[in-house]
Amino acid sequence: MYQTNMYEGMLAETITLQGYNGEIINAYFARPLGPGPFPGMVLAHHLPGWDEWYREATRKFAHHGYATISPNLYFREGHGTPEDVAAKVRGAGGISDDQAVGDIQGALQVLLSLPYVNGRVGVFGTCSGGRHAFLAACRVKGFAAVVDCWGGRVTMEKEELTSKQPVAPVDYTQDLSCPLLGLFGEEDQSPTPAQVAQLEEALKKHGKSYEFHMYPKAGHGFFYYHRPVYRQEQAVDGWAKLFAFLEKHLNPPK
Amino acid sequence: MCTMIVQQVEIEGSGKGVGGWFNLQQANVSYDHPFNLPLEHALNIDFVNQAQGTGARVAVELDAASARALVEAILAVLRRAEAGGYLESPAQVNPVTGS
Repeated sequence: MYQTNMYEGMLAETITLQGYNGEIINAYFARPLGPGPFPGMVLAHHLPGWDEWYREATRKFAHHGYATISPNLYFREGHGTPEDVAAKVRGAGGISDDQAVGDIQGALQVLLSLPYVNGRVGVFGTCSGGRHAFLAACRVKGFAAVVDCWGGRVTMEKEELTSKQPVAPVDYTQDLSCPLLGLFGEEDQSPTPAQVAQLEEALKKHGKSYEFHMYPKAGHGFFYYHRPVYRQEQAVDGWAKLFAFLEKHLNPPK
Repeated sequence: MCTMIVQQVEIEGSGKGVGGWFNLQQANVSYDHPFNLPLEHALNIDFVNQAQGTGARVAVELDAASARALVEAILAVLRRAEAGGYLESPAQVNPVTGS
């Protein structure tokens, strides 16, 4: 718990790292100043892109004591405003799951290589990022916690599968290698409560550790203060549950 | 996110973006998250020219009813133009200026 006589500092900057296929991408990195050791977080941004909300979220995690990297998952689409780049991705039906997972893995490797990181790294994402976070936690070994905020299309019908997204993430559930926190809204259209229940069923079937919270009077993206979907009460509670979950799994008492 | 419901169509025309007029190459029509319209999902049309970079984009975000009304209006106008004998073949690109 922060006390007013504590020293506090943060470094936040753009870096580059090796992502999918060893390709160089850029990323936003924020970390608390000091010797650490700090737990780490990888943030998988949402469909609207590698935008201001994600840069703020990166700093928010650092403010809470996490060395945090948000890789630019749209790096290969060229550069421009986050909206223009994201619109290009939206128009192309998204990015490939393999590429997203590879880029997230690259950020994980950077964090694990740092002397001031405690060796415990989580992955967080909202919207398509929630889906990517879940995928990465299933397909990559080394994460100690995953937070899926309203990730849509974790469950997919066969006709929704494409060459970029060839496997429904839920079908990787047996490989999930860390505890999962899921935050969802009852009024969400993707994922619907029925789709969340489908994921929960898979988690139970495979004996996975998870914690789900389904918020009433909330839809998709209820953390986004800049959109009408923002729900103050649910967002405050969601952030509190999120940081309690991460503290438990990434920064256990010595 | 995210529906990933999208269809791309090759088009010819001109669009006016932040950098002025440019040749349109493609329209990306999606029903997915808008950036600005205060809805969870919208009918989004991005008129783009990818060869000119991500900034060569004219964006429109519509609710479903507006999108349907727009489609009907476009078709009605084209029918009238066709009936009046006004329809032309696509404009020739100027080989010198490329526009």
